Amino acid sequence: MGEIIVEEKGKKGGKRKAKKHSTRIDMTPMVDLMCLLITFFMLTTAFSKPKVMVITMPEKDTPEDKNRPEIPKNRTLNILLTEGHKVYYYIGIADPKKPAELPQLIKTDFSKDGIRKFLLIKNKDLFTKIAEYRDNRVTGKTEVADTTADNAIKKMKKDDQKGPIVLIKADENAKYKDMVDIIDEMAICNIASYAVVDPSPTELEMLKNAPK
Amino acid sequence: MPKIKPPARSPHIDMTPMVDLFSLLLTFFMLTTSFRPQEAAPIETPSSVSEKQAPDNDIMTIFIDKDGRVFFNIDNGKDTSTHFREKLLQKMAEQYKLTFTPKELDKFSKMSSFGMPIKNLKAWINVKDPKDRDKLQEGIPTDSTDNQLAWWVRMARLTNLGAEVAIKGDADTKYTDVKKIMDLLQENKVNKFNLVTNLLREEISLKDIPK
Repeated sequence: MGEIIVEEKGKKGGKRKAKKHSTRIDMTPMVDLMCLLITFFMLTTAFSKPKVMVITMPEKDTPEDKNRPEIPKNRTLNILLTEGHKVYYYIGIADPKKPAELPQLIKTDFSKDGIRKFLLIKNKDLFTKIAEYRDNRVTGKTEVADTTADNAIKKMKKDDQKGPIVLIKADENAKYKDMVDIIDEMAICNIASYAVVDPSPTELEMLKNAPK
Repeated sequence: MPKIKPPARSPHIDMTPMVDLFSLLLTFFMLTTSFRPQEAAPIETPSSVSEKQAPDNDIMTIFIDKDGRVFFNIDNGKDTSTHFREKLLQKMAEQYKLTFTPKELDKFSKMSSFGMPIKNLKAWINVKDPKDRDKLQEGIPTDSTDNQLAWWVRMARLTNLGAEVAIKGDADTKYTDVKKIMDLLQENKVNKFNLVTNLLREEISLKDIPK
């Protein structure tokens, strides 16, 4: 699509002028190529880096006889996960030696009014404390660095004596998503202590008889 | 009266600003780009509120897809002269009495996640048609008789001492499949896992506490 230069004809004897070239360059092919490259880079770029959720498991081979801190019965909250994204929970310990005293499983789900509501009620004190601390940072009442704030929250969690100790137990029909979701709920509700453990045979039996 | 002719305009548009803009965009994309890594199987991660970013280097990733197939990946480390992948493959070759040529080692160090019994690894490295490559990705054996993944993890831990472990599982993976991998990792003294998730913000405040 170069420009057509119309040469003047008919003049005779005039000085021979050097052909006038247009100073314009046809940029269309260049633009084509650039479009192509931009599209390529736009499509192959991974902008959002994947996020990770860190979970630390208790060491496996801790000898039983180590003087472990006794967990108060009423603080133990057991969450059982099973097929169909169902959640069951009970408080206390299911002791196979006392079949008459087996706790009743309560059915709930992953929705806002499900397990989260219950966790929030249970963890009210600690949650309020942490949420107030965060609010104060947002509104500018307390001005501290991020790491200081993280440490402060960590300390609050460590010092907490009232909140539930959550034991997460998933049976073989649970999906990976269920586990991630429940650990996520722990983070949302600021639960201080939780662990992922294997369900006991008693609990599996309880799950079978649980309300559908 | 002759009609007034509008002055003849050149049909050309000045493309310079457009080219300017395009060059700018192109430069931007070229400099910021980090290519999406090739993955053996499509894996849709579950979502969480975690905002911690996955580290770029010194990370070994175990992929678990919907059907429970397991893939493994480790990076070459921040310093490119460390050649972690090459060293790892050499160690694994010794373990399983296989030999890899230097060319194969080099090729392997530039590739990404893989998942097949180690005897098929050579074929996977040397495959001609990239389309055939995915067919070979049948998953790393994890059963107790021939637990190759355990060896990969063990050797990777020995090769790159600072490597963290990430687990990238599909949301629909069975929990038992993930549990198996976690148990295996714990046997190899890995107690801290990074579960790869999507960010899904969820805000709750004091008002949400039920009365």
